[in-house]
Amino acid sequence: MVKVSRGSVSIEREGRKLAATVGTPVQVADRVRTGEDGSVGITLRDNTLLSAGPNSLIVIDRFAYDRVTQDGKVSVGIRKGTLAVASGRIAKRTPESVDFHTPTSILGVRGTEFVIEVAGDRDE
Amino acid sequence: MNKALLLGIVTAFLGACASERVVLLPSGDGATGAVAIRDKAGEIRLDQPYAATRRTLGGNRVYQSSPQEVAERYGQTLAAQPPRPSAYVLYFETGGDVLTAESQGALKVIRKEIAERPASEVQVIGHTDRVGSVEGNDRLSLKRAELIRGVLIESGVDAGKLEAIGRGERDPLVATADEVGEPRNRRVEINVR
Repeated sequence: MVKVSRGSVSIEREGRKLAATVGTPVQVADRVRTGEDGSVGITLRDNTLLSAGPNSLIVIDRFAYDRVTQDGKVSVGIRKGTLAVASGRIAKRTPESVDFHTPTSILGVRGTEFVIEVAGDRDE
Repeated sequence: MNKALLLGIVTAFLGACASERVVLLPSGDGATGAVAIRDKAGEIRLDQPYAATRRTLGGNRVYQSSPQEVAERYGQTLAAQPPRPSAYVLYFETGGDVLTAESQGALKVIRKEIAERPASEVQVIGHTDRVGSVEGNDRLSLKRAELIRGVLIESGVDAGKLEAIGRGERDPLVATADEVGEPRNRRVEINVR
């Protein structure tokens, strides 16, 4: 769910463009886009914290979380811009089920926080 | 097209698109984890605070970033991070579904936090000790969670924010052998995000 939204932030879902206001649920396959003045903070159901700075394009490729067993899968892509991550419960229990990817690399995480920056002007 | 010009365009294109940077940050809980970055050239592992890698056409460069660089480059991004989720644990008087006096008091703090957080969501998670069967404990833990969910709804929290989850005996606070009674494991955890 979107917890922080500043400036222009939108979610592209099934060909439609939605305003990503605070409280908007985030779904698998959503593309989250920020404008020149935009930034956004999202908390996933396993307590993964994501935030993106201006001119960013983030894609939620996979997310599954069994709230009883805490098994799940996370895969989030950054096409451009900046993405800060504080990993959540799934990464703590099964780090191999979690990845973040850029156009040219894949990041595996072990209970951690980091920033990824992708320079360039990819729009897709 | 002139070859030199073409090369110039390609280089400019890659220069603009192919630069990526990763900086490992110290974690909120004080420990620093690790991140492994894999690409065609291999794998780089960062496991120290502010360890960083920058990749361009020329290859990967590992370097030591700093709080200053992070603040300058990523200040806006980090300022948009959602508030950290918080966790509370409530305990029951022995053998029943009545909260201890201390836990009754904690409920007030929890209600306040739910009201103040932007777009708050709450998981109410019941747990048991290992006395009894796995299935029985799943049911008991869900019952405890639903009880507390009910208490929160009665006190005015929007039901749509609250989910009750029974995790049974699979996530103990204190590890024990099977069939051992352990009061610290008979609890309800409230996670506010």
